[in-house]
Amino acid sequence: MTARIAYEDVEAGTELPARSFPVTRDTLVRYAGASGDFNPIHWNERFAREVGLPDVIAHGMFTMAEAARVVTDWAGDPGALVEYGVRFTRPVVVPDDDKGAVIEVSGKVAAKLDDEARTVRVDLKVTSAGQKVLGMSRAVVRLA
Amino acid sequence: MALDQSFVGRSYPPTAPYEVGREKIREFAEAIGEAHPAYTDPEAAGELGHPDVIAPPTFVFAITFKAAGEVVADPKLGLDYSRVVHGDQKFAYTRPVRAGDRLTVTSTIEAVKSMAGNDILDIRGEVRDEGGEHVVTAWTKLVARAADDAAVDAAGKQGE
Repeated sequence: MTARIAYEDVEAGTELPARSFPVTRDTLVRYAGASGDFNPIHWNERFAREVGLPDVIAHGMFTMAEAARVVTDWAGDPGALVEYGVRFTRPVVVPDDDKGAVIEVSGKVAAKLDDEARTVRVDLKVTSAGQKVLGMSRAVVRLA
Repeated sequence: MALDQSFVGRSYPPTAPYEVGREKIREFAEAIGEAHPAYTDPEAAGELGHPDVIAPPTFVFAITFKAAGEVVADPKLGLDYSRVVHGDQKFAYTRPVRAGDRLTVTSTIEAVKSMAGNDILDIRGEVRDEGGEHVVTAWTKLVARAADDAAVDAAGKQGE
């Protein structure tokens, strides 16, 4: 595991580069196939409305995967991730048009945890259409 | 309907091995828009100290959730899966999942609670490689919503 960011070079409050991830129906179909999660609320508008949703919604695990990229891209080695957890608070609604939805992810170093293990905790902010979609979104990363 | 409390602490037998393939990792990485070479190029992964291409951090969920499905489907537990949404998800990694791994999952029910008519189930999935070494642990919180407001909850939560 070889992170690109050195433990000495960060402090509590250090911001990670923010990213925006577009999501269209095409994205969801691909994710369904790759992940094996074929729940129709992620691709069938008729079914989604029948169960009370406003429209098709993104897989929670897709949103979790995108949010992780802000951490792993920053660290440089995805293998540097020690812990990663989220709470699914709101769905990402994905309309059937060319734009779809956008997941906005920003993050900052919340604390330096262990000088020997060189681990830091990163807190993520994950929103779509101006609303928080993941809560308690935290990662522990081992830096160089 | 309250879940059977006697299930807390219960572990299920390890699953049959899931063999992680390079092309499955590639497919998953592409599906989440990932272009990091460690997911597709063994040499790039090697430069980071990994013996083969590694999988994105959430890749393993497909394996642990399938294992959790056996718990959820246990009729004696009494969980109404049609009302289940994914509440929380957490992973703790000893090392990244990589191509060539043959992974087994041992699922344990950590907690069973009923709150305001909702049934809450916490499942821990311990993922080990062929040598029995720990790779990652996944914690999944499932919430089965009270029957009368299932639709409202489905709108406010992300289903899986």
